[in-house]
Amino acid sequence: MKNQVGKLFLLIALGMLILCLIFGLLAAFNYIFPGIWKNSLSFTKLRPLHVSSALFWILSGSIGTIYCTLGANNEKGASRRLSVLHLLFWITGIVGMFYAYLTNQFGGREYWEFNPIFAFPIAFAWLLFLIQFIRMVKPIAQWPVYIWMWLTGIIFFFFTFIENYLWLFPYFRSNFITDTTIQWKVNGAMVGSWNQLIYGIAFYIMERISGDTKPARSKKAFLMYFLGLFNLMFNWGHHIYTLPTDTYVRDLGYAVSMTEWILLANIIYNWRRSLKQIQKNYTFFSYRFLMAADIWIFISLIQALLMSVPILNLYTHGTHVTVAHAMGTTIGINSMILFAVFVFFLDNSCYTIVGIFRKWMNILYWLTQICLFVFWITLNVIGIKKGILQLHHPEISFYNMMTDMQLLFKIFTYTGSLLMISMISIAVMIGFKYLNCKINKLGKLNENFIIVSNNSKSFKST
Amino acid sequence: MNQKTVIIIFIVLSFAFVSNSINIYLKPFIENNSNLHTKESEGRLVWQRNNCQTCHQLYGLGGYLGPDLTNVISSPGKGVNYVIGLLRTGNATMPAYHLREEEEAQLIAFLISVDRTGKSSPLEFEPLPFGQIKQK
Ligand code: HEC
Ligand code: HEM
Repeated sequence: MKNQVGKLFLLIALGMLILCLIFGLLAAFNYIFPGIWKNSLSFTKLRPLHVSSALFWILSGSIGTIYCTLGANNEKGASRRLSVLHLLFWITGIVGMFYAYLTNQFGGREYWEFNPIFAFPIAFAWLLFLIQFIRMVKPIAQWPVYIWMWLTGIIFFFFTFIENYLWLFPYFRSNFITDTTIQWKVNGAMVGSWNQLIYGIAFYIMERISGDTKPARSKKAFLMYFLGLFNLMFNWGHHIYTLPTDTYVRDLGYAVSMTEWILLANIIYNWRRSLKQIQKNYTFFSYRFLMAADIWIFISLIQALLMSVPILNLYTHGTHVTVAHAMGTTIGINSMILFAVFVFFLDNSCYTIVGIFRKWMNILYWLTQICLFVFWITLNVIGIKKGILQLHHPEISFYNMMTDMQLLFKIFTYTGSLLMISMISIAVMIGFKYLNCKINKLGKLNENFIIVSNNSKSFKST
Repeated sequence: MNQKTVIIIFIVLSFAFVSNSINIYLKPFIENNSNLHTKESEGRLVWQRNNCQTCHQLYGLGGYLGPDLTNVISSPGKGVNYVIGLLRTGNATMPAYHLREEEEAQLIAFLISVDRTGKSSPLEFEPLPFGQIKQK
């Protein structure tokens, strides 16, 4: 039953991804046909629909993965009633959110623009998830790093989600600077928390593919986890360098962001070994998605490090470089890791990726990577161009700037449509296989998981 | 890594995080400077209810289809009447908004007070020695 709930979360995630892609493309049309569908499906609806679907794709996918991997690990721990309740509140939240957007009931903050009333079922669902998670992992004696990452992600998402609604109190919203500081403290830490969920999943699949349980228990893995946690907590100041808030907030954000050079150095240091692993595991489709995520981590990290230097941020802030970064990371890293785990579940439980399915997956995989790269470069060019014009030609009006960049917006939208087609095809292919995949087969995965777990002395169920 | 060590580091970091959060929450209380009065803070809600942030930014934060509005009130050639006019008529991309008079006044009061908090144009900043920036 727990796995059935897990599977339903995974299917919801795929549905959210498909909607996210469709809404994203429709929103992008506003750049080349200004005001299109202004009185029906306006940009005010489409952008929130797109961004919220993106977040719910990532969150639902993470929840489903955690249920499927831990669910059977401890049959007694996870409560069946709790997981069904969790699912119901989650669905209520999502339906409420869409209803609010489509009927113009706004009122929330950026990324959560729906009428705040629908935040209740979401927060409640998340609380149930936290309780369920603790029940599932309690019997495990020595937690591997990915369990810590999942716990961190769940706790901090809950905290930031509540903090995201402090503006409801007049005390907070009556001070614009403090209010905006809190808003970006929330956004920064929230992204950090879902990244903990996602990177935890990547760690977990790597362990399963390699069969080696040591890396997820190594000192280095924990040091990297703490570095991530430290950044989640304190690097958000880099979003608000131009906001006249306390200097220490900005300096702290800058200093903490710079500690991520350690991550970059670590990636470069491990380059050779990663290449060897790629050669060895390339035939595993899920590994291939992880490899794509690794490359996007590398690219996005360099971009993030540069954007976090205030003087460079002055050029990129408030431009499409930010959009490039947001979509580069949510598509290139988060979505690729989720694809990796979705394919991994298929490959290892009920459907081995062979034949025509494999051939199509291969084509779609490469189409996605190429489109995403062009998409990302185009957004960066748009952003940098705006940054330079703002600083060196302030006399050019916003209107002229936008008209001047029409060609770039067209490239963005057209590669976006190809990206949409290829990612929807992947989602539909995986989704159909999931529908045909017997639930107990997905459960088999958990048995394997326990076998691997029991092989490792440090990961015993008590 | 030893489970106990992990728990201790987790708790210490969380403590620092919570302390920093409280420090930020208490700022308006300590400095006693709620810079938005009721009318202005209601105006912020009008801004949110009409989803201006999907297209516009304040201090560079928001959507990107429209321009940053932090200093639209004090920009030469713009100002209150310009904003009201645009709001009522809309433009090619922006819908026309038919707000109640009270809401419109609140929204304008909000934009005026935001404008007073500082400048958002990148031109208004100068570099400091270690790559930081400072408002001129
Ligand atoms: C669908 C996107 C969209 C939404 C939503 C939107 N705007 Fe706009 N707005 C624009 C665009 C685009 C422009 C710039 C038009 C131009 O210069 O070509 C603009 C221009 C403006 C300007 C003039 C800026 C200047 O510097 O000249 C003001 C003021 C403004 N909008 C206020 C608002 C307010 C207040 C709201 C919410 C009630 C709002 N807008 C909602 C798209 C939008
Ligand atoms: C899985 C796929 C995708 C994910 C996860 C995703 C995620 C996001 C996120 C997080 C943002 C917010 C950016 C910010 O505020 O800085 C965003 C904005 C946007 N995305 Fe996507 N996106 C995806 C695919 C697409 C596609 C295929 C298109 C089509 C061209 C698209 C078009 C847009 C547009 C137009 C915006 C708004 C930019 C603005 O504010 O003007 N997205 N997306």
